[in-house]
Amino acid sequence: MLELKGVTKMVGAETHISDINLTLEPGTLNVLLGPTLSGKTSLMRLMAGLDRPTSGQVFFRGKDVTGVSVQKRDVAMVYQQFINYPALTVYENIASPMRVAGVDKATIDREVRKAAELLKLTPMLKRTPLNLSGGQQQRTALARAIVKNAGLVLLDEPLANLDYKLREELRLELPRIFAESGAIFVYATTEPSEALLLGGNTATLSEGRVTQFGPTIDVYREPADILTAETFADPPLNVIDVVKRNGRFVMEDEASVPAQGALASLADGPYRMAFHPHQLRLERLGEDHAPIKARVTVTEITGSESFIHLDFAGQKWVALVHGIHEFEPDAMVEAYIDPRHIMIFDAQDRRAMAPSSLAA
Amino acid sequence: MATTTTTMLRETASSHHEALGQSEAVARKMRRRGRESRFWWLVPTLYIVFLMLPIYWLVNMSFKTNTEILGSFSLWPQNPTLRNYMVIFTDPAWYSGYINSIIYVTLNTIISVGVALPAAYAFSRYKFLGDKHLFFWLLTNRMAPPAVFALPFLQLYSSFGLIDTHIAVALAHCLFNVPLAVWILEGFMSGVPKEIDETAYIDGYSFPRFFVKIFMPLIASGIGVAAFFCFMFSWVELLLARTLTTTEAKPIAATMTRTVSASGLDWGVLAAAGVLTIIPGALVIYFVRNYIAKGFALGRV
Repeated sequence: MLELKGVTKMVGAETHISDINLTLEPGTLNVLLGPTLSGKTSLMRLMAGLDRPTSGQVFFRGKDVTGVSVQKRDVAMVYQQFINYPALTVYENIASPMRVAGVDKATIDREVRKAAELLKLTPMLKRTPLNLSGGQQQRTALARAIVKNAGLVLLDEPLANLDYKLREELRLELPRIFAESGAIFVYATTEPSEALLLGGNTATLSEGRVTQFGPTIDVYREPADILTAETFADPPLNVIDVVKRNGRFVMEDEASVPAQGALASLADGPYRMAFHPHQLRLERLGEDHAPIKARVTVTEITGSESFIHLDFAGQKWVALVHGIHEFEPDAMVEAYIDPRHIMIFDAQDRRAMAPSSLAA
Repeated sequence: MATTTTTMLRETASSHHEALGQSEAVARKMRRRGRESRFWWLVPTLYIVFLMLPIYWLVNMSFKTNTEILGSFSLWPQNPTLRNYMVIFTDPAWYSGYINSIIYVTLNTIISVGVALPAAYAFSRYKFLGDKHLFFWLLTNRMAPPAVFALPFLQLYSSFGLIDTHIAVALAHCLFNVPLAVWILEGFMSGVPKEIDETAYIDGYSFPRFFVKIFMPLIASGIGVAAFFCFMFSWVELLLARTLTTTEAKPIAATMTRTVSASGLDWGVLAAAGVLTIIPGALVIYFVRNYIAKGFALGRV
């Protein structure tokens, strides 16, 4: 079990990590989700022991390891850049943590070959990392992390610099590879879809703070505040200020969305409304779906889906719709908001009320 | 996997082919242009002649007798002789000069690079108070002429009883070579991502073990270039070497300047000594020729 208690990291006058409390259980997959500069790497470095927190404590298996040097910690780490020892062969690269630990030759050979087989590196064992493709280099780094058999495995955007196909393949394999070891597995990513595909638990980070931590799907569906919701949305969340009156959330232009289910019991007053781009549709799918009129700014078509960028009452919105929809810039379109999938936040940007359980 | 390898091979082969075709085309164009001007050979020839003339003349002289050198003008030795080289290899006054030079140059190279390695690592990896100023100040050491330091060194070393020892010259040359080596090595070290250090620590390497086993091989060419520059500067430096030595550790360059005797100058022997002085430098350059441009850029390419 890895526990962070009130961990803060300052660099000069800048706060990189701000008062983080987090408990990670053994044998779990934990995703750190956040945009660049949100503190994912800083947090991992604190977990690994590469940096010392300015204040707060780190406990590993119940022991305070706050000041313990990284050599004495039971961790493995893989960076976003492909980091290997260029002067050593792939075999020696993978064997290196065991060589340092003084493992006997036969065991080293067996473990290296097992890891190489798992990551399809067997034909490259005699080559040096710089003669390999990016994917092979990263798999070498992963193999080194596997053979170390550490209690805490930190993967800092390990697939970000790989091509699409390889990323898909490795993303499926990674949790399976590390699941057997019973290690605490921490995976940093900027992509919400990657977090959802990996499952497990997710901690959303924003400006050095953990905004929410829990099972990935729960964090996605029930974000506690607007920062979490925005972090966990790709393409970006559509947000607008609304006023609740007469059982409806009224926007500018007198367009309004009915307050349904639990939201109906909210007190009247100002709120912020947010919803995912795929909940903004071009067809009216239900009687209660709220129509809005918006101006098209750009249309992006990616094969079977279209991203329609809209300007509604000065807000930049995106509608993600199936099929090919071409609009001239500045054309006016009618779009519909599904009232069952809206998220309402109060003046402090906290979640005012969860949408009804029907929303699944 | 096998198929991808073969396609890759084929691709490289075809691109190689293309490159060949291109270079041929360029060569053809150059030849045509050359023929047009008729004097295409003139500039390169002049360049090489001017470059090689002094060296040729030195070699030429070293195989002549003194009477021929002073008597008549000849483009090559009329009566080639090895007497001049024999003198150097048999007379201890001469050959000990080479031995002394090689000893203090080697000592200096080892000390300079040995001291510069940890210093350069600190400059490239850590931030500390005044690091940038200190780094620049190192370089300013190279800006002062050695003559400035001749007097203080002479006084300092004689009070420590170090005058006329190899280590005295080796230490004196550190004044110029350590900053240079730090500057070069820092450039090479900064080219190695810091994540490699951290990965090694995570793997469990202690700092010394990491430095020797993982880090040094990565900057091997930088160490080579730094050693080369230390070697060259120490090898050609005359003023400090001559000031700090008298007989026991007298360098070859000093020996050469003290050959004026009652019977006048022994031109031939002096020329032979000159040729022998060039050789070590040429050898060292040959070994680091591929890295030398990077070295002149101080590793910052």
